[in-house]
Amino acid sequence: MESKDIRGDQAWIRGMTQPRLSRRQVMKGAAGAALSLGLAQFIAACGLPGTKDTGWTAGTDWNAWWRDQQKNGSLNFASWPLYIDTDGGKHPSLEKFTKKTGIDVTYSPVIQDNASFFSQISPVLQNGQSIGYDLIVMSNGWQLTQLMQNKWLIPLDHSRMPNFQKYAGTVATNLAYDPHQTYCAVWQAGVTAIAYDEKQVDGPVDSIEILFDPKYKGKIGMLSDPDELGTAGLLALGINPQTSTYADWQKAADLLTKQRDDGLVRQYYDNSYIKALEDGDLAVTQAYSGDVFQAQNSGYPNLKFVIPKQGGVIWRDNMVIPYHADNPVDAIEWINFAYEPGIAALIADWVNYICPVPAAKPIIADQLDDPTVANSPLVFPSEKELKRLKEYPVTETLKTHEEWVGLFNPIIQS
Amino acid sequence: MKSRIAPYLQSAPAMLWLALFFIVPLLAIVSISLMTGNSIDGYTLTWNFAVFPDALNEYSAQLGRSFLYGGISTALALIAMYPVAYWIAFHGGRRKSIFLFLLLLPFLVSFIIRILTWQFILSDEGIVLGTLKDIGILGENAHILSTPVAVITGLTYDALPWMALPIYVALEKIDRDLVEAAGDLYASGYQQFRRIILPLSAPGIYAGILLVGIANIGDYLSAQILGGPSTTMIGNIIQTEYVQNGDYPVASALSLMLMAALLLCVFVYARVFGTRTIQEYA
Repeated sequence: MESKDIRGDQAWIRGMTQPRLSRRQVMKGAAGAALSLGLAQFIAACGLPGTKDTGWTAGTDWNAWWRDQQKNGSLNFASWPLYIDTDGGKHPSLEKFTKKTGIDVTYSPVIQDNASFFSQISPVLQNGQSIGYDLIVMSNGWQLTQLMQNKWLIPLDHSRMPNFQKYAGTVATNLAYDPHQTYCAVWQAGVTAIAYDEKQVDGPVDSIEILFDPKYKGKIGMLSDPDELGTAGLLALGINPQTSTYADWQKAADLLTKQRDDGLVRQYYDNSYIKALEDGDLAVTQAYSGDVFQAQNSGYPNLKFVIPKQGGVIWRDNMVIPYHADNPVDAIEWINFAYEPGIAALIADWVNYICPVPAAKPIIADQLDDPTVANSPLVFPSEKELKRLKEYPVTETLKTHEEWVGLFNPIIQS
Repeated sequence: MKSRIAPYLQSAPAMLWLALFFIVPLLAIVSISLMTGNSIDGYTLTWNFAVFPDALNEYSAQLGRSFLYGGISTALALIAMYPVAYWIAFHGGRRKSIFLFLLLLPFLVSFIIRILTWQFILSDEGIVLGTLKDIGILGENAHILSTPVAVITGLTYDALPWMALPIYVALEKIDRDLVEAAGDLYASGYQQFRRIILPLSAPGIYAGILLVGIANIGDYLSAQILGGPSTTMIGNIIQTEYVQNGDYPVASALSLMLMAALLLCVFVYARVFGTRTIQEYA
């Protein structure tokens, strides 16, 4: 084969003698360098602002503020699915409200869980803008605590809520997380305890220890909300969640980890546990009172709800008015209206959770002719029954929240 | 001069689009992953590179599981859909488009509804398990829901059309004269398939695997709805860290590592299988 001396090659000579970088290449290089420099600056400069000091400032005169507000005739109300009386696609309680006050209500059942709804609204509130809703329903828990601590909620003007003063039961007035109801008006409350399938479990059940019984291996449901899971562990250890310490939480986490590792837990469920229970996939599960009550009345009489001897946990969903709301007066008028016994009765008779208005009980029994609901301890618990219910640990700081979540989330998401 | 800048001008919209919707968000994620702080006081850039090894260490099981489930479901979808695509392309006749439409029809239904339907189908006393239990094939306590099998089933099912369509397109393009010529030269049916049809459909297989694999490895809904206590995928962790815990740096770091791992896979895959087939047949 003939070998060629490349030094005689024209192309090689041209390549070696002409400038290596054309002008355009230099320009491109410079542009690239400028771009990467700019990006480095961009990265270095940016941080993410926190939520601190993004709410209303301390010392705001809320009495004066409320005096200046006017009724606008419309209300944007965000709540949870299936959480208000519904009849043929309409909501009678809201219609009565519109008829009485002339306020048009846009009802949006958009809240699926507290954490994801909070993550949607918090950037808006952080920017000091209206979230588009005048009234939202949030459960007591870390997200509600943040809304209060960030001063992202408007303090309620109790002088505009005479029905609340008159009719609110202890469920709505004895709030560990908001002792003077500065921000919160309870919409409904409920109990987290145990539900079981009579076909699979020999009742009666009276202890939370059934959730740790190897007999039901693979047929036990636990809730995927770390607050619910952790309190179940605490109750099983005989610890009162409200006064529990970090050491207690660790013990509860150990117990729950063992429960999972032994194969007892079928799954950590969101609201879908009730379907699994109805389908027979679960024998026993952590459960919310209203879900089981509704299931019993829709063809599953074999499902039972019990508050074990260790106690159940009471939670409350609260109506709160977000800061920058466009129609605060309309919102507070609805809060007041919802505490009218006749209206509270309409709502409670449909949603079957604990009603914050005890005076609604005779109305449900007589006028609505629904003694099953009126006499249910899950809708109108007696004071004695309420005393058996425990409160969640109140999380005041981010550190506490992170400690709690850091212990229980790894169990749920292993 | 005019002709020199013309190509740049022509590609400018695409470049701008990439810069706006890919490069800027990517850089934002990179910078957020290197920040420290919390949601109340805010996050500041501290070049905290330790977040990567820490997060990897903590969530390696979920990351590995994502690739395992993603890989298995992609392989199953390929095995299931190649014959279907083949049949439609070669034997579909005049009704090809109807068959394709039927293939896609279930996927006009919302993703959530389809996954929930699997929950119904696979439930312990449901139409599949209930029947098998009644005729004594399965024990009373057997279950599929909440196990890896259920998650992989959901992932595979959702991948079916995305696997079938590119393979169909590749098969459809094959010149039938080549197959006929192979037959004339005494190639057996198997040889025709092995030497002519399979290599010529390779770009479709390649595209299908990429489309399905990348989507399935990052998926989180199947694990959330059909999974159990030990089927958490990396997508679930990212979602929880971001939405529930507000831990943006860890969520960003995990997203980046997932992306890097996927890119590495795609690169290796392209080196081993891709370039040859694409250069030869594209």
